[in-house]
Amino acid sequence: MADAKNMVYLALQNNEDARPIIEAIEEDNPHAEINHFPAMVKIDAVGKLIVRRKTVEEKIGREWDPQEIHISLVSLSGNVIEDDDEFGVERDN
Amino acid sequence: MSRKLNLRERYQRMTRDLAWEPSYQSKSDIYPQMEFEGIKIEDWDKWEDPFRLTMDSYWKYQAEKERKLYSIIDAFAQNNGHMNVTDARYVNALKLFLTGVSPLEYAAHRGFAMVGRQFPGAGAQVACQMQSIDELRHVQTQIHTISHYNKYFNGFHDFRHMHDRVWYLSVPKSFFDDAMSAGPFEFITAISFSFEYVLTNLLFMPFMSGAAFNGDMATVTFGFSAQSDESRHMTLGLEVIKFMAEQHPDNIPIIQKWIDKWFWRGYRLLTLVGMMMDYMLPKKVMSWREAWEIYFEQNGGALFEDMARYGLRMPKYWEQTIEGKDHITHQAWGIFYNYTHAAAFHTWMPDNEEMDWLSAKYPDSFDQYYRPRFEHWREQAEAGNRFYNPTLPMLCQTCQIPMGFTEPGDPTTIGFRASDFEGNRYHFCSDGCKDIFDNEPQKFCQAWMPVHQIYQGNCGGATVPDVLDWYHLNFGVDNFDYAQSPDRQHWQQWKGEAAEESDAPDEAA
Amino acid sequence: MQIDIKTADIKPIRNTFDHVAKRLGKDKPASRYQEATFDIQPETNFHYRPLWDPEHLLYDRRRTAIEMEDWYAFRDPRQYYYGTWTITRSRQQDHMEKNFAFFEKRRLVDVMPAEWRNKVATLLVPIRHAEYTANLNNCYMSAYGYGTAITQACLYAGLDHLGIAQYLTRIALAVSDGDTAVLDAAKTAWTDDEMWQPLRKLCEDLLVTKDWFELFVAQNLVIDGLLYPLAYDRFDTAISRHGGSALAMLTDFALEWFGESSRWVDATLKTAAAESDQNKAQIEQWADAWSTRAVEALTPIAVAEFGAEGEATLAEIRAELVTRAKKKSGLDLQ
Repeated sequence: MADAKNMVYLALQNNEDARPIIEAIEEDNPHAEINHFPAMVKIDAVGKLIVRRKTVEEKIGREWDPQEIHISLVSLSGNVIEDDDEFGVERDN
Repeated sequence: MSRKLNLRERYQRMTRDLAWEPSYQSKSDIYPQMEFEGIKIEDWDKWEDPFRLTMDSYWKYQAEKERKLYSIIDAFAQNNGHMNVTDARYVNALKLFLTGVSPLEYAAHRGFAMVGRQFPGAGAQVACQMQSIDELRHVQTQIHTISHYNKYFNGFHDFRHMHDRVWYLSVPKSFFDDAMSAGPFEFITAISFSFEYVLTNLLFMPFMSGAAFNGDMATVTFGFSAQSDESRHMTLGLEVIKFMAEQHPDNIPIIQKWIDKWFWRGYRLLTLVGMMMDYMLPKKVMSWREAWEIYFEQNGGALFEDMARYGLRMPKYWEQTIEGKDHITHQAWGIFYNYTHAAAFHTWMPDNEEMDWLSAKYPDSFDQYYRPRFEHWREQAEAGNRFYNPTLPMLCQTCQIPMGFTEPGDPTTIGFRASDFEGNRYHFCSDGCKDIFDNEPQKFCQAWMPVHQIYQGNCGGATVPDVLDWYHLNFGVDNFDYAQSPDRQHWQQWKGEAAEESDAPDEAA
Repeated sequence: MQIDIKTADIKPIRNTFDHVAKRLGKDKPASRYQEATFDIQPETNFHYRPLWDPEHLLYDRRRTAIEMEDWYAFRDPRQYYYGTWTITRSRQQDHMEKNFAFFEKRRLVDVMPAEWRNKVATLLVPIRHAEYTANLNNCYMSAYGYGTAITQACLYAGLDHLGIAQYLTRIALAVSDGDTAVLDAAKTAWTDDEMWQPLRKLCEDLLVTKDWFELFVAQNLVIDGLLYPLAYDRFDTAISRHGGSALAMLTDFALEWFGESSRWVDATLKTAAAESDQNKAQIEQWADAWSTRAVEALTPIAVAEFGAEGEATLAEIRAELVTRAKKKSGLDLQ
């Protein structure tokens, strides 16, 4: 299972609320791989995935609290990073 | 202007700062379950909050989820949404879900209320209480969603009564009874870590993608809405393990033993989900094998690399699950096909197209071991000799699944293990299940074994119809092959007519 | 005609689940509250005795002295299931959010007299620790109680108390311009000041009470029934007379909640007491014993709030509770 090293992911519902979040993740995490499933988008990456408040706010044109991600989040893998400006997962071995 | 506290400080003030060091009563009287499992916690203040939702934010976000969900459930019912599923066979997956899984959500609700009261740290208490109420949400939203299906299909009608009695439902029931009757630390290791973090994706992600693929928008919605809570729960699972591991080195062997036990318990339980994915979805999303590779081998692998720093290793017998991924779902479906006359859902043999899909997804096992058997059964059924096994199966004392899984390395021999305890002999399907018994024989010898109970006359009588009556299972309606079922008749009736009048207004709505 | 026959064919084959129909007396459409509540807790055929309580089953009626023929005789008059509960609370929290924003934006803290600001910090803020106790107690009832009809509502109450404790924390920060020293001082008062010790002792004693229904009576009827009128209602009235009416904006949730929760508590006790004389006597005995202790515990706080009138105020509140218990639940309290 060597190829599994430090894999993390975020899975979000495939809907209007999640779309700008997914776009923001794509923009801020060029190493991420976006996989579409029925009704769900799973974003895989090695090491770290970050959702930045600022990037999402630029996309939706209003204030956005990183905790709002809880509405669209389906699943995750990795150690959670959560503060006022970002939400993410990471693994560092 | 007030100085704005950051998220972390603010959350600390809102939760653990509410607690104090008691002096009129001893801590061991207030939290009496902290010692007996042998877990050593030196400092609850080191607890890392898995997420930081205060009640006001919790209400805000959860209410938004609930509003969305119930508007879809309403629309689904008003528009006869059940008519949009790919095929009525699909509905049998939901029967298994409501009778087998939803009651576990309830059990989780009560179990987390218990640990939410028993852990001495306020941070841990609040995280567990929030999970407790989330789990209550899940059981209730599932009932409300599936309520519509209950109005049009059989097998759902007395799910709670069945969960306490029906033979295969003792598989999920005993799983949660086991966790809840353990101490708080084992419970949270079992459910938050082993089940939620390591395995729950295998329950929800394929199930819900399967529902989406098969036109069941109501189930997709409750499923993903529940999953949005689940990601908080998974985070709790990971934090709990890290916290226990960091608190004391003596905790490591205890935790490892629990991980070994609960991984195997969960793996056996999820066989039912795998069988649903491979056989019960008319339109398949992914095979059990693929799901196991993504969600256990890949993510579980990364997780346990993470855990290595604490001296925790992959769960015992994980290698057997890698081999088993080619076999267990076919074996389980074979068992249920044999005993569907005593089940509250229907089974059937795959059609040619489905057989081909299984061959393609299981190139190393399906054609060699299962296809010939299944084709034979299908031919027999078509010739009017649909086979139902008249003898009651022997159940594994631990997982309670009928003994039908094969030996590692030999997919033609049924696995069989036994242990003696206090003058009685107990039987198991695998090394994993035998180990679990041998570690706690006093506990597992108590199990309410459905087949034993029938033989002892505790289940309504001596004949199959007596027992089914005691199960509240409607004979000839809820059970037997899909081909003869009233569900199928109704479906054909509805669909046949719906096709003719597709332009007419739907007056039934 | 053709169409009539066809549409009639997509009629439901049943209207609700069997266990719900049995309680409704016939198969008819059931409410979401009913389907989410009735008989949802496992009843029988448990696999293993709890390691932490081998004398009892996992779910066991014998964890309280109260006996009910049917534990689903309880009805929440609010008909709360998770969805209705959380949507109701989110509406209230939206309202509270606006109140806090208004209070901060208009700097209403500046118009509160310093003396009363200080009273909020020293008399109201420490109560957040009692609210936290109420959270744990309701969590206990939900965990070890019997039957979803009552246990689900206990968990709602438990998390409501946590929410109220968190609002009190925000009040502390609002009246002190965000100075967390107010919280530290209130906690020191709670653990060390003589005035708060009887109440703290009462809280700790509740945390070791084993009978979950006794805990229900002690916490949800008696403590809430005395503390809320004292700490929120009477205190709000007093502070309003001294130019601090803005406080009422910040305690709005707690008072509204108390009125709402009381309806559930009263209905629950009415059902339990109506079941048998034995239940009624047991509840009355618990209520009287805990009332006496609670009045003693609250006396120093009442005196600090109202001086010479403190004890009389508390006696009046207790009399109101006796009247309420008689009128709403048919209980004869002292």
